[in-house]
Amino acid sequence: MSATSLLASGTDVGAEIVFWVCATLCVIGALGMLLSRKPVHSALFVALTMINLAILYVALQAPFLGMVQIIVYTGAVMMLFVFVMMIVGVDASDSLIETIRGQRWAAIILVLAFAGLLIGAIVNGLSGVPEPSLEAANSQYGGNLQGIAKIIFTDYIVAFEVTSALLIIAALGAMLLAHRERHTPKPTQEQRSIARFARYAATGELPGNLPPAGTYARHNAIDTPALAPDGSVVPESVPGPLQERGNVRPVDVAAEVEVDEISEGHTVVTVDDDEAGEQR
Amino acid sequence: MNEQAPVTAGSPITSNEQTLLWFGLDPVWLIILKVIGIFVILVVVVLFTIWFERRVVARMQQRIGPNRTGPFGLLQSLMDGMKLAFKEEIFPTAADKAVFILAPILSVVPAYLAWAVIPFGPEVSIFGHTTPLQLTDFPVAVLYILAIASIGIYGVVLSGWASGSTYPLLGGLRSSAQMISYEIAMGLSFVAVFLFAGTMSTSSIVNGQTDLWFGLLVLPSFLIYATAMVGETNRAPFDLPEAESELVGGFHTEYSTMKFALFFLAEYINMVTVSAVAVTLFLGGWRAPWPISIWSGANEGWYPMIWFFLKVFIFIFIFIWLRGTLPRFRYDQFMRFGWKVLIPISVLWILIIAIIRGVSQEQGLTPTPLSITAGIILTVAVLWILGANVKKRRAKNLAENVIPEKFKPNRGGFPVPPLPGQEYRPARRTVVADVGATTGDGGSKTISSEEVHGG
Repeated sequence: MSATSLLASGTDVGAEIVFWVCATLCVIGALGMLLSRKPVHSALFVALTMINLAILYVALQAPFLGMVQIIVYTGAVMMLFVFVMMIVGVDASDSLIETIRGQRWAAIILVLAFAGLLIGAIVNGLSGVPEPSLEAANSQYGGNLQGIAKIIFTDYIVAFEVTSALLIIAALGAMLLAHRERHTPKPTQEQRSIARFARYAATGELPGNLPPAGTYARHNAIDTPALAPDGSVVPESVPGPLQERGNVRPVDVAAEVEVDEISEGHTVVTVDDDEAGEQR
Repeated sequence: MNEQAPVTAGSPITSNEQTLLWFGLDPVWLIILKVIGIFVILVVVVLFTIWFERRVVARMQQRIGPNRTGPFGLLQSLMDGMKLAFKEEIFPTAADKAVFILAPILSVVPAYLAWAVIPFGPEVSIFGHTTPLQLTDFPVAVLYILAIASIGIYGVVLSGWASGSTYPLLGGLRSSAQMISYEIAMGLSFVAVFLFAGTMSTSSIVNGQTDLWFGLLVLPSFLIYATAMVGETNRAPFDLPEAESELVGGFHTEYSTMKFALFFLAEYINMVTVSAVAVTLFLGGWRAPWPISIWSGANEGWYPMIWFFLKVFIFIFIFIWLRGTLPRFRYDQFMRFGWKVLIPISVLWILIIAIIRGVSQEQGLTPTPLSITAGIILTVAVLWILGANVKKRRAKNLAENVIPEKFKPNRGGFPVPPLPGQEYRPARRTVVADVGATTGDGGSKTISSEEVHGG
């Protein structure tokens, strides 16, 4: 027996275990999707359901469908959902306010009706339907993959091509909707760099990064403003929130004296802490 | 080459998938043994790879690298891992705790899972039981690897989202966009291999490379895969998700301790995984390379594991070499390269391969020489066009920006360096010379002016 048939033989205890584990996880995923408040959690539960569905497909002798289920639905479609939710906002959670009057009751009635329909169909189907098996279909063309390829590219070729055309149309449509004509050519990295230095020449605006707090200063703490190479204080180097709160540490007088001494041409002066304290 | 046999109705497996008959026969203890074996091999390989990378990059940068812990510093990564395990756990206030913990697990588990279908060697005897050196295989094993890789992306995206912080979010978005785009090129590069092997099972693909490696047979696919796998693993020069200079650490900025270690582990396992897939699909898997393959025993027993890991480590060395050599791409350039170069060439190549296969089947020819010739022609043509483009852009740049003969240090009102061809006029600089040291009267200094050369 090959690996495929081992995975799938209907009477196997393994298949039974796989079914009960994956089916339970599927239902948990579905319920979790409905009950979680944050959209990202819902998306994760859907992904859980989809992965378990894929395992069930593999166990039911459709390994190709199982893998495609994961690649396409879990890997691409759900990923797009997660993407959108991440961009929309981290804390966005559903509001529970009813926007249409009577919506909740209508929904409950419809859900009960649909559940009744489903349960009826399943109960009806449980008796008299043969054990599901793809054995015959798979062996017809020498394997699951070969069988699917044969069917897609002969009997269902039109449906297959139309579907792919539809997807391309959708992608093109999305691109068209999101497209915006530029009135001016996009500035290149080089042009932006030149403009930055021109601004520096005109207004003195720093072309590079700000020095990190504490550069050349006596302490390297985040609340200590950096000193420029000429000894002047760079107040912007302390992060904005600290400036707002007034948590900027005053510049060390000793450092300023030292800078003055050096820039006047003297040799390096050592300033005692006591002396610095007096000057302060 | 392994010609595709006509499909006979009723046969359980086509002739290309003979090796699938090896699988599904192991007793439970052997399966557990194989699982533990793969786990141990991966952990050891990762620890070794981290050390190897640090040493090799160090050599490339004129340093020595870690050499204190154990012989040649070999135990360095083990000690780093232990340190991480004992550090304090930190949860950011804004983090979504459940997802924050789930993300590294989602990252590392798929990394291990992919190794279930990687063939290490042919059939060997373990405690009297004949079994292939591979956990399992099934008809869609390569698709399984792709599927598992796409689950692994969730770990990266969710860690970015769950951290509740800006840099991780940006890094997570970037890396998922990158991995999804490069996964397309990766998947397309597999198609040519499937067409020639006539199967998607990894052991059968290795079996189909008995005479000729697919890397030569479908050269453009191999090169596209080799490029896409660097993008897929977020390694330099495609390491934009973790760009230190822009995003601190990318998606794992807020992670510490064991959770960070798991990301690190997953990243390195992924690097080994994509190398192993490249070896399996394009470089003959565990089959011995040419001069060794003359010896008939090279492809039997446990020896093939040596060839397999040798090939994998050649790829890992190339990964490290790239990191030591190339600067990081800009994000838009990187995306343009993936979507506008790799994917169209892949599609074109698949078209060519399909035509070659179809024509040779109609005419009863062997497709091998045709495919090799077409592959080399396409590769050379693409490289030539890309090179010509770069030359054209350079010429255009030169024509647009005429460099003035004379160097002005304040051109445009701000200090500029000299451009190529311009002569640098040395500035006059004030130098303090300590005369006292020679005359012996201590302390007194003269200030003299002299021309300082150089820049």
